[in-house]
Amino acid sequence: MVAPAIEAERLSKHYGEAIAVDGISFAIPAGSITGLLGGNGAGKTTTIGMIMGLVAPTEGRVTVLGANMAHEAYRVLHRMNFESPYVDLPHRLTVRQNLVVFGMLYGVADVRGRIERLVRELDLGEFIDRASGKLSAGQKTRVALAKALINEPEILVLDEPTASLDPDTADWIRGHLERYRSGQKATILLASHNMNEVERLCDRVIMMKRGHIVDDDAPAHLIARYGRHTLEEVFLDVARGRREPAPALQQETAS
Amino acid sequence: MSEHSPAFSFRRIAAMVLRHWYLLRSSWPRLLEIVYWPAVQMTMWGFLQLHVARQPGALAVAAGTFLAAVLLWDVLFRGQLGFSISFLEEMWARNLANLMISPLRPVEFVIALVVMSIIRLAIGFVPVSLLAIMFFGFNFWSLGLALAAFFVNLLFTSWSVGLLCSGLVMRQGLGAEGLTWSLMFLFLPLTCVYYPVATLPQWLQPVAWALPPTAVFEGMRALVIDHVFRAELMLWALMLNALWLAAAAVAFMALLAAARRGGSLLQVGE
Repeated sequence: MVAPAIEAERLSKHYGEAIAVDGISFAIPAGSITGLLGGNGAGKTTTIGMIMGLVAPTEGRVTVLGANMAHEAYRVLHRMNFESPYVDLPHRLTVRQNLVVFGMLYGVADVRGRIERLVRELDLGEFIDRASGKLSAGQKTRVALAKALINEPEILVLDEPTASLDPDTADWIRGHLERYRSGQKATILLASHNMNEVERLCDRVIMMKRGHIVDDDAPAHLIARYGRHTLEEVFLDVARGRREPAPALQQETAS
Repeated sequence: MSEHSPAFSFRRIAAMVLRHWYLLRSSWPRLLEIVYWPAVQMTMWGFLQLHVARQPGALAVAAGTFLAAVLLWDVLFRGQLGFSISFLEEMWARNLANLMISPLRPVEFVIALVVMSIIRLAIGFVPVSLLAIMFFGFNFWSLGLALAAFFVNLLFTSWSVGLLCSGLVMRQGLGAEGLTWSLMFLFLPLTCVYYPVATLPQWLQPVAWALPPTAVFEGMRALVIDHVFRAELMLWALMLNALWLAAAAVAFMALLAAARRGGSLLQVGE
């Protein structure tokens, strides 16, 4: 049996009296794209923080590529990477300078060659020598993605990778992620509020609410089980406390 | 990507130094700021020294130490700022989480901050010390080997304070940034920068002697006034500095662990 790429066991995070994540367990197989869904305050970002070793769990543990992230993160951090619109790259450094720095930090052997490939793949050529703070939102996202791919990670964790992007750029990013997954056999964990994105990209969806996992299945199965047409409708059912499909909807689906 | 990542890497340290070098190089206001205050400070104390030196009596002798004192104080203060500001740059840029999820080890991060402290200090100090020769005929470099002992001890203290400030900012967020600018000023009266330790009340003197820079400033006065290098003071400062650095390193690691427990690495800001 192949070990999961990411595994959480009874994972909890409390901030004083507030419970951000409450005893969740899941296993993400290698080579899959998994969506982490939930409304604001559901515990997605805290869960991602624990997976990346940025946040220490209160109870339970999270294992990535066999390393307990609370104690052994440095065994595997060079094989992972992370992108989020809430984390910036230094604004005054040019895109190239930022990529050189992170390439060196991640131990990339041929940093210059790797940057040239990323420039081609992510179409960064137009602004590669421009200060990172002077880019448009779409360009910044592409640069953040380039930083996240600089070490060709086996585990890629993305927190709302297409937030605030126009539909064209967002679609372009999704296409690139699909190509990266199939090309590298990488495992991708994706937190997003964009249901179309999750439906298109993810093999499986973990739905969170108030620190708990309330459902976990393939997008098509979730849609069928809830008797809905889209994942967005399923999301609204879960967010509003209707965990199982309403009888009227079940009949409608059956007919 | 390799299965293994070295436990210690000079390349990762070089990456962090390069990151801050790129930043300094791209921003002339940052470079100017490094030179500006030390130059203003040195000029003001230089004129005061000239004025007091023309007065008769013991005051004139004491005045001979003002410029050396102000330049050494700047080594201490600017050394700490060079360390802490490089850390703060990561907070201001919201880049800390990127670094903390990278293979960069805390010890490598700290060594890079130490290197940046030396670079920033050199950028500010060398021109100012040359200005002191030009305007006031005071050659700081003529202190010779003693100067190296003063520098080493003051830099060690500045890094201890820088480590502590950075740890507090990491744990508490940018709301604690003010400490970076003000904590060192607590040392100004207690380490007897401009007057001998004997000036302090008896009960305060043990506190002063527990601060490594006190021995350096006392040693500087012995050298400038009496032309005596007091090696025992430098050894005392070195021993205290070893304790201070160890305590600061433990505090930094404890604050990093607390930041992970408190989730503050995810929410860098106020």
